[in-house]
Amino acid sequence: MFDNFPLWPQRASTMAGNVDALYIFLLMVSGLMTLLISVCVVFFAAKFRHRPGVQAEPIEGSTPLELTWSIIPMGVFLVIFSWGAVVFFQERTPPRDATEVYVVAKQWMWKLEHAEGQREINELHVPVGRDVKMIMTSQDAIHSFYVPAFRIKQDVLPGRYTVAWFRATKPGTYHLFCAEYCGTQHSGMIGSVVVMEPAQYEVWMSGGSTGPLSASGEKVFAELGCATCHRPDGQGRGPNLQGLFGKTVQLEDGRTVTADENYIRESILDPGAKVLKGFKPVMPTFQGIVSEEQLNALVAYVKSLSSTRPGNAMAAGSTSPPAKASAQRSQVQ
Amino acid sequence: MSMATASIPTVERENYLNKHYGVGSWLFTTDHKRIALLYLLSITFFFFIGGFFALLIRLELLTPAGDLVQADSYNKLFTMHGMVMVFFFLIPSIPAVLGNFLVPLMIGAKDLAFPKINLLSWYLYIIGGVMMLHCMLTGGVDTGWTFYVPFSTAFSNTKVVEAGLAIFVAGFSSILTGLNFVVTIHRLRAPGMSWSRLPLFIWAHYATSIIQLLGTPVIAITLVLVAAERALHLGIFDPKLGGDPLLFQHLFWFYSHPAVYIMILPSMGIISEIIACFSRKRIFGYSFVAFSSIAIAVFGFLVWAHHMFVAGISVYAALVFSLLSYLVAVPSAVKVFNWTATMYKGSIYYDAPMLYAFGFLGLFTVGGLTGLFLAALGIDVHVTDTYFVIAHFHYIMVGGAVMGYLGGMHFWWPKISGRLYPEGWAKLAALIVFIGFNLTFFPQFILGYIGMPRRYYQYPPEFQVLNVLSTAGATILGVGYLLPMVYFLWSMRYGKPAPDNPWNAAGLEWKTASPPPTFNFDEEPVVTWEAYNYDELNRFPVKEETPVAR
Repeated sequence: MFDNFPLWPQRASTMAGNVDALYIFLLMVSGLMTLLISVCVVFFAAKFRHRPGVQAEPIEGSTPLELTWSIIPMGVFLVIFSWGAVVFFQERTPPRDATEVYVVAKQWMWKLEHAEGQREINELHVPVGRDVKMIMTSQDAIHSFYVPAFRIKQDVLPGRYTVAWFRATKPGTYHLFCAEYCGTQHSGMIGSVVVMEPAQYEVWMSGGSTGPLSASGEKVFAELGCATCHRPDGQGRGPNLQGLFGKTVQLEDGRTVTADENYIRESILDPGAKVLKGFKPVMPTFQGIVSEEQLNALVAYVKSLSSTRPGNAMAAGSTSPPAKASAQRSQVQ
Repeated sequence: MSMATASIPTVERENYLNKHYGVGSWLFTTDHKRIALLYLLSITFFFFIGGFFALLIRLELLTPAGDLVQADSYNKLFTMHGMVMVFFFLIPSIPAVLGNFLVPLMIGAKDLAFPKINLLSWYLYIIGGVMMLHCMLTGGVDTGWTFYVPFSTAFSNTKVVEAGLAIFVAGFSSILTGLNFVVTIHRLRAPGMSWSRLPLFIWAHYATSIIQLLGTPVIAITLVLVAAERALHLGIFDPKLGGDPLLFQHLFWFYSHPAVYIMILPSMGIISEIIACFSRKRIFGYSFVAFSSIAIAVFGFLVWAHHMFVAGISVYAALVFSLLSYLVAVPSAVKVFNWTATMYKGSIYYDAPMLYAFGFLGLFTVGGLTGLFLAALGIDVHVTDTYFVIAHFHYIMVGGAVMGYLGGMHFWWPKISGRLYPEGWAKLAALIVFIGFNLTFFPQFILGYIGMPRRYYQYPPEFQVLNVLSTAGATILGVGYLLPMVYFLWSMRYGKPAPDNPWNAAGLEWKTASPPPTFNFDEEPVVTWEAYNYDELNRFPVKEETPVAR
């Protein structure tokens, strides 16, 4: 009935119910407060309206009352804050074994690439019931990945990765909006997320792939000659990348960082920024040489060399080819 | 309530309006009351320009397709609507008009501490305004009023630098006004006017001035950095040049969040004056209301990153800023409770200023409470950058600030112009504004929650019904805003001459003539009473021969 006049957004992810619950709680709290204030104002205005001969009673104020109506709201606010923080933590903590999708936003389209290799523009196909993690970057201005039916939103910035995740619960086609103003066709930067039953999704998956993303990453890795220094036997001038991803590593200047997506990305574009302990800043920059898509592929490849994920039997330094390892993983999921 | 005028003076007394005539006497005046009128004229002009842009925005959004204007034009419209309304109307509105007029009068001073700097600040405002107009007439700007980088520094092909410089110049006007108020309130209070006897309007303006002084320089330097990156390719914000786009957002919101309090605090000051006067009572919990203004000004500086929860800041930073945002909500809630309690056992009159105050209470409450939604991290992720935010801040900045401004304009109009405005029309206008406002902005809360992003000039069809409601409301609201302008102008010629104290109100400004003489008081007042001594005024009403508005 409300197809053309919805009053509530569709609920199609595991997060949607959590956000809605808090929202409904807040609607009740603020509805109650608005009612309280308006009833008081209307009642006082009517009951104490000016009548000839009746004068206002001088009242100075009351510290106990002031404390009451400071402390009680503060308590309510703390409840809302904590509840909001819990939901936020869920929104911002992608499950470790989530399927990965690399997103490149540009004026004015979404380019999406599945870890399995499928590429899409302005459309993202996902199965019901699987955690999907998006690793996102922008080629130009700031954009924002927003799917109202999933209640998720994350700005997509140039020069770094940001991450969002969801688990869809209901098959259907949902709006994907750009929520951060990005120029002329900002309101045309609309795509959709197509949630499918797992069986249908497998059918969709089987067509059109050019091989896993990590495999194209391996190809780029070879073409750019990275393997000359980053040798798997640890004898190269650069660090061995086997098993590196996800580890906390020590830098030449004494700091420690986690070797996450942003670290890999930065090390390719600005190799001198965070040099691993025991190595020299001899690597040239690849800024302007690799595209965003190639970068994503390289990151996916470096990740595939690591064994941090459950369900991946490959040990660090294993000799089995990475492409095969990543193929194994998608089967396990 | 009928306005009975007992006697009309046949010979006009000498006052600030009739002492000198001619354009020069206005353009070179250092009288704070005349400068207030110069500001009134200029901000009204910009208000209607900004309103015209809003009208075009609402008309475009009547249908899902982008049909009335081109995408680029639409982007310029909402950008210039925001820039004009924020920097050239809302920020100067109450402080530069009513504050300028009333701060010296309320504390018993002859003028502000630096009358010439006061005039300079108006000229700076005008120079900034002319630059903004020139920018708009020669192509405009399309970055959104937020100037987000790297779009503004690397991708927009509009007049970003010129718009930034216009705001940069106008910012100094704001800084100088704040400086003038701080010094005036510290140094020029009449004998006996202690801090605890100051009207709450003064406390509110003191708090506002602190924000203007400390916050505005930050936006000024930020806009200079944007211009430097755009024109000279200095790498500050753009990652391609080695900069950090989040740095810009931190700097921008460090000013622009407190700027919301520049808009709402003075309005809160007005509401305190009006509710006390029309309830015939001292304000409930004077010191709590006064200190809550200062608390808002201080805490207001610590919450800026709640605009950035999905921008890419860390989870822990988001937690801190969410918590601090709830802290700043407490003093606002305290104010609302105290205003409501003031009415208890009062003797309440329903004159137009009080109707605006009622409207303020309703709209500010909704605006404040929806702020709780946005400060809740889990919900903010869904509703930030949607129409929910648009509705929220319009409830505060238009529902709150503009309602207060209009209430104040009605309350003090007899003092400013020496004439009474037509009460019936004024009540009608208050009602129209309230209805039109709610019809315009309430549907936008729903629109936001069902997911319509802001700054969209075309949208999926399921959002249309709510957008049509909103546009219909905007038309009504427009009428509500035009009405006061018409009858205020009318009253300047045809309104009944106002007595010195038409509302039988407390406060020094009502103890001098309407309109006041050039140096405000014939003799320097000596204050021997507390603020809002309405119980004394009720016992000894204004003398019979003085005309009273009711």
